[in-house]
Amino acid sequence: MTKKNWPLWEVFVRSKNGLEHRHFGSLHAADAEMALENARDVYTRRNEGVSIWVVESKHITASNPEDNGELFEPAQDKVYRHPTFYDLPDEVKHM
Amino acid sequence: MSEKEVKSLEEIFEARIARDEKIEPKDWMPEKYRKTHIRQISQHAHSEIVGMLPEGNWITRAPSLRRKAALLAKVQDEAGHGLYLYAACETLGVSRDELYEQLHTGKAKYSSIFNYPTVTWADMGAIGWLVDGAAIINQVPLCNTSFGPYARAMVRVCKEESFHQRQGYEIMLTLCKGTPEQKEMAQDALNRWWWPSLMMLGPTDAESVHTEQSMKWKLKRKTNDELRQQFIDQTVPQADILGLTIPDPDLKWNEETGHYDFGEIDWDEFWQVVKGHGPCNKERMKARVDAWENGAWVRDAAMAYAEKQEGKKLKDVG
Repeated sequence: MTKKNWPLWEVFVRSKNGLEHRHFGSLHAADAEMALENARDVYTRRNEGVSIWVVESKHITASNPEDNGELFEPAQDKVYRHPTFYDLPDEVKHM
Repeated sequence: MSEKEVKSLEEIFEARIARDEKIEPKDWMPEKYRKTHIRQISQHAHSEIVGMLPEGNWITRAPSLRRKAALLAKVQDEAGHGLYLYAACETLGVSRDELYEQLHTGKAKYSSIFNYPTVTWADMGAIGWLVDGAAIINQVPLCNTSFGPYARAMVRVCKEESFHQRQGYEIMLTLCKGTPEQKEMAQDALNRWWWPSLMMLGPTDAESVHTEQSMKWKLKRKTNDELRQQFIDQTVPQADILGLTIPDPDLKWNEETGHYDFGEIDWDEFWQVVKGHGPCNKERMKARVDAWENGAWVRDAAMAYAEKQEGKKLKDVG
């Protein structure tokens, strides 16, 4: 029998209602149900969460740091997207 | 990539670390940075996993339900810490299987302290107080290390570690307030764990081969000798509160330096244990390998079940 390792899962935890799920870490599990159970034991032993998402790592598509220039730099010279770009007289209140 | 290109990438990389920027797994990094991190993080993970064994020895014999629940929770934390660290290590492109293989074949090291036996209940107190105390001193600076996943894992570990040390000290305190025999047991545990705890902080700076590079990468923020001095300075007053004597006739407060002077460490013993000749090296590795091998059928069955369920789902859809 060829050796099959448990796949890797990424774990996201909502620490309390009102907050978003945040990446907490990863773990290995045979299937989604086991990934949830393991995530509960590994990442929420001290009331760190009220909700858990698990997703198999291979399903995540990540941007590459090498492309950061073309992805993120174009935003740097678009200062007109920020409110302080616009000159208004001091008399104008609440804006 | 040409040699020149690599050189310029390295310069940019070192400058990022100097600016306290974090390095994330997909960022370019020098091969040596990757290898050093795989070695250190995996060693750290292995230490957590093997570290469960000496304490696991006492779970069934804890003197009360309170102590048993606490010890069980501590050992479970250690499993968790091992998992955080293995996961951080895997982001560098090494598989969990390879890491286990390195541990099981003796290619990778783990902390030498776990090769000492736990012969009495007081050892649970001494380990929590001294071994976890030394570990905290080692680990707190790592929360700011340059490799993001390692730093994040360490933040979580440090948050949980404080309970470990306190529960250990409480065990010592209870024994020291007990019968003369109980206090004697606490003293005996201190006598056996003191020197190995000092050794746990690593060889002296003169002997430590990785210190300079590790300082640059913020894998280390203080040298082994500085950490050891810090450990001694904070632990001696804690021993005084317990009414126990540190087993070092040369230990003395130095008014001038503001630190304790201490006696010679037996580094021969340290290297013997590192090289595999400690009292329990073989026993620890056997327990670890047995657990892994005897669990193989469970892992295979879980995988087979998952695949079968997946197959069923696909059939329903089709």
